[in-house]
Amino acid sequence: MKKFLAVLMLAVTGLVAFTADTPGYKVGDIATDFKLKNVDGKTISLANYKSAKGYIVVFTCNHCPYAKAYESRIMDLDKMYASKGYPVIAISPNDPVSEPADSFDNMKKRAAEKKYTFPYTIDETQDITRTYGAKATPHVFVLQKTDKGNVVKYIGAIDDDTENANPNRTKYVENAVNALLSGKAIETSTTKAIGCSIKWKKGA
Amino acid sequence: MSKRFIFSMLFTICFTVAFAQSNPVRLLTIQQLEKRISNPDTVYVVNFWATWCGPCVKELPNFDQLQTTYKNKPLKVLLISMDFKSKFNEVKAFAKTRKLVSEVFLADKTNEQAFIDGIDKSWSGALPGTLIVNTKKHFRKFYEQEFIYTELNKLYQTNK
Repeated sequence: MKKFLAVLMLAVTGLVAFTADTPGYKVGDIATDFKLKNVDGKTISLANYKSAKGYIVVFTCNHCPYAKAYESRIMDLDKMYASKGYPVIAISPNDPVSEPADSFDNMKKRAAEKKYTFPYTIDETQDITRTYGAKATPHVFVLQKTDKGNVVKYIGAIDDDTENANPNRTKYVENAVNALLSGKAIETSTTKAIGCSIKWKKGA
Repeated sequence: MSKRFIFSMLFTICFTVAFAQSNPVRLLTIQQLEKRISNPDTVYVVNFWATWCGPCVKELPNFDQLQTTYKNKPLKVLLISMDFKSKFNEVKAFAKTRKLVSEVFLADKTNEQAFIDGIDKSWSGALPGTLIVNTKKHFRKFYEQEFIYTELNKLYQTNK
């Protein structure tokens, strides 16, 4: 029994350590591809985009006031950069049980209503969210396609003014993608993703 | 004196008292906050919250309890809402209906990154968060977590 308890304890601590110790990507890391269900019923992978130079991966959702505030700017990013080789791929990281507004049906509605020009996928297992290290919605990862894989070039916020009140705000994602397109170094490659926390599955 | 007159008098008094006690919510920049919490005679417990943040709303009474318990001590609890500035009226209404006793502010931030970094480099920006400052003891620490009253009280007792 003692031995069993010891093994159990070890398993539990191992599990806790494992789940807690997932800091996610840093700039320079190779980002994994994924297979996520899109609102149109198709499965989306980065590899589907043969002619892309990279990707603007945005963890976002329906319910969060920050995600809502940024929605039109996310749509603009796709309009600005998809044709230049950097499409937006939106991923909803939230558990619909914890946040029913973020259910797949509600995502479909939102995407249709707003006529999203980019995929709006759901990370049902939350594995991609965990692997990337998304902490909030919205949280952006700009990836550049290279021979080695998709390299993380920028992580963080879209800009420094969620409320869209300051015309002189710093547009981090635009600056990063523009730098990549012109072969220059990215000035600010990491910022804080300010928004709503990820709604994780309970007891997962 | 008619019953009606007494009623209306009572109503007026109640209304005036309620109005006088309603908590004014003010805008606060990071510079104003820094100036305020640099006062060495007081321990500051600064909580960052938002009306839309469930865990924040849940823990607010714990901060009010701390302020009420030590109302005669050099302790100030500052409740700083990180709601959008366009929600100023909602924050005011919230402070009123919840009868918040601590001082309530709305963060006045032109640059969110600078505001959050200014509070603490380690803060991811997630809510709730709490900053405890005791300038006299050179103590300043940020906690990106929720608090129950006993934990909060213990932290105050340790650092007062």
